[in-house]
Amino acid sequence: MPTHAEEDARAVPHRTFAWFMLPSILAMVLFITLPVVSVVVQSLFVEHERVMALVETCGPFGCSREARVDTAATAALQAARPLGRFAGLSNYTDRNHLALAEVGRILGQEATLGRKLADLANLPFYRALAFTLTYCMVVTPLAMMLGFAVALGVNALPKLVRGPAIFLSILPMIITPLVGSLILFWMFDPNGILGATIQWLAADPRLSLRASATLTWITLLTYGVWAHAPFSFVVFYAGLQTVPGDTLESAMIDGASRWERIRHVVIPHLAPLAAFVALVQLMDNFRVFEPIVGFSAEANATSLSWLIFNDLVSSDTQQFGAAGATSILTIAGVIVLLIPVLVRTWRDFNRKAAR
Amino acid sequence: MLMVKSALVLGAVLAAGAAQADCGIAAGSVRILSNDFKAINIVNAAAAECASATVTVTANATTEHKNIQGPALSVSPAEYTVAVIANNSLVPLLSAGLVRPLDDLAREFGGDLQPSQLITIDGQVMAVAFMGNGQHLFVRKDVLDKVGLAVPTSYEEVLAAAAAIRAAGIMEYPLAAAVKPGWDLAAEFVNLYLGTGADFFEPGTAKLAIDNDQGRLVLDTMGAMTGFMHPDYLTYNAKELNKIWDAGQVAIMNQWGSLAGAAIDPATANAEVAANTVFAAAPKVGGGSIPAAALWWDGFAIARNISDEDAAASFRAMAHGIAPAVIAANSDAATWLVTGFVPGRAAEGVMANVAGGARPYPMLPQMGLLHTALSTELADFIAGKEDAAQALADVKAAYDTAAQAAGYLK
Repeated sequence: MPTHAEEDARAVPHRTFAWFMLPSILAMVLFITLPVVSVVVQSLFVEHERVMALVETCGPFGCSREARVDTAATAALQAARPLGRFAGLSNYTDRNHLALAEVGRILGQEATLGRKLADLANLPFYRALAFTLTYCMVVTPLAMMLGFAVALGVNALPKLVRGPAIFLSILPMIITPLVGSLILFWMFDPNGILGATIQWLAADPRLSLRASATLTWITLLTYGVWAHAPFSFVVFYAGLQTVPGDTLESAMIDGASRWERIRHVVIPHLAPLAAFVALVQLMDNFRVFEPIVGFSAEANATSLSWLIFNDLVSSDTQQFGAAGATSILTIAGVIVLLIPVLVRTWRDFNRKAAR
Repeated sequence: MLMVKSALVLGAVLAAGAAQADCGIAAGSVRILSNDFKAINIVNAAAAECASATVTVTANATTEHKNIQGPALSVSPAEYTVAVIANNSLVPLLSAGLVRPLDDLAREFGGDLQPSQLITIDGQVMAVAFMGNGQHLFVRKDVLDKVGLAVPTSYEEVLAAAAAIRAAGIMEYPLAAAVKPGWDLAAEFVNLYLGTGADFFEPGTAKLAIDNDQGRLVLDTMGAMTGFMHPDYLTYNAKELNKIWDAGQVAIMNQWGSLAGAAIDPATANAEVAANTVFAAAPKVGGGSIPAAALWWDGFAIARNISDEDAAASFRAMAHGIAPAVIAANSDAATWLVTGFVPGRAAEGVMANVAGGARPYPMLPQMGLLHTALSTELADFIAGKEDAAQALADVKAAYDTAAQAAGYLK
């Protein structure tokens, strides 16, 4: 049983810790929690009914009687309730988001599975979700594997050339995503070096990577692996420096091949790091946006982030409620994706604590 | 009389020197927010000549102007005193009541303005237009001569010419248009649909009315055109079109009038292509009688949340920016709507659209929502993955949802 003096000694660091954390907690509340709360609130509202009036409108190309928003009447509504009309979850369930009614109809109809999937992919949210998930699921593991392979390769190089090799390997991370995707986009142009080479290899002068949906997806996924591998490389390369030399040496003495050493010593040692990399990369990849714009791939691939951009920035009329709903759905998606990794990390942590 | 007046103004400008002009403004702050292209930069630069010890003139020319203008004009005092706008970008400012009526200012300081330049809504002047724009045909005369065809005036003739050019082995992909999913694709649909003479909405309401024979005709025509376009057509926006035109890869394309000057600019354009480039009105569609292209105007509006002194200074600086003397010195830069403008070659296409009776891009408050719905929902159709009926149904579903959330539909 601890004495009072011991309890006090423990209590003080707690208080110090709280004071120490206070600034960052305040900053997080201010810059992360409050904005997210405001987006949640925004997503529950739709705009006031517009009071319309028919008025004579004249310009350089003639006159016509056209509908106009009655500014004064609408401003009065706006002043009374600045947030707009409360709409509950309708922004989430409407046709441009989760489309519950449409999905129910599609799943209920008598049709083949292929037909049903095609109908689902015709809804903007599910079309975006399909590409976003594919991008996450393909790019995350492949980029991690490539990053790991590069880390092993660089680690085996003589000290003299390691520096330049590391620099070259992290180049894709240094390049701004939009610039990187634009460079690749131009190289894939039929007149660009990659596009022309591919046409020559396939002996098909009409082949274009931008024209078909499948090839566009493959291009985007390849770009994703290229752009994300360096992050895995950096983390894994740092991890490789901590692999215990004794264990490796004893494995060598036991006659383990290079592959066996990697399989039984290096990979188990780096496993916690891999969980961390997977966590960060899943989050990152779920928010894929720049390559879609950079590759002008909107016809064949859209993502959740692109939907938000389209509602807010590309249009003449900004749709805050719709963009807010998509934002919250994106956050929800990230959380769902991360749950397995988080649960695993939590279990590992508890196991270690129990030991 | 008008010519005498322009000559007098020209004399005044020359006397005052190029860098600084006496615009008669006692004091005030002029802060311009505008799009960023050559013609608008000319106007901004001329307005900046009004700067003096008591008058400041600043301009922020950015392609992001549409996204900035709402918040920037909502605060008081507004961040900008002048918003340079077009048919579509004026509408959100009007709906939110962020720009002021200009009747008094136009009466007092708008001596050089023509009545047709005044954008009047319900009897009040809300903006002043200074240039026109729109999409029209760019045609390679030499290629058409080789197949013995005249400049096409309808989409049927465009398609026939394309087939002839391909059959003659001159070009595999003779056509081009800005059909990249997004704003460009939607604008192309709007162009053709206006050409059918039909209306987008049921009169006086926000109920969408494009799911009809005209809507299907427009999509079928757009689909037929893509058969003669480079396989990468889904990635071509308007800027990209000028590049492939300059490379001599295309014989007929539908392109912005504001980019016509660049296509024939002796300093930058491919001389061989430029020499054979002809500008003509947008083609008619489906037996219609007018060019199938939206007419656009660019102009300026003055913010509501600023002092009357700044508003007057802003109006007078902009009036100086579009003074006949400025326009006369830059007649090749745009299709100016200003007194005394003599259209150059680059303005021929837009002028032909106007003369042919083309319709303006609708200034309806819900038009932006339709444009957005078109920009995403026509993607599958133009990529050849969906039929016209499904595409129109998708547009309606997307528009209805957005219009309900925006308060236009119950």
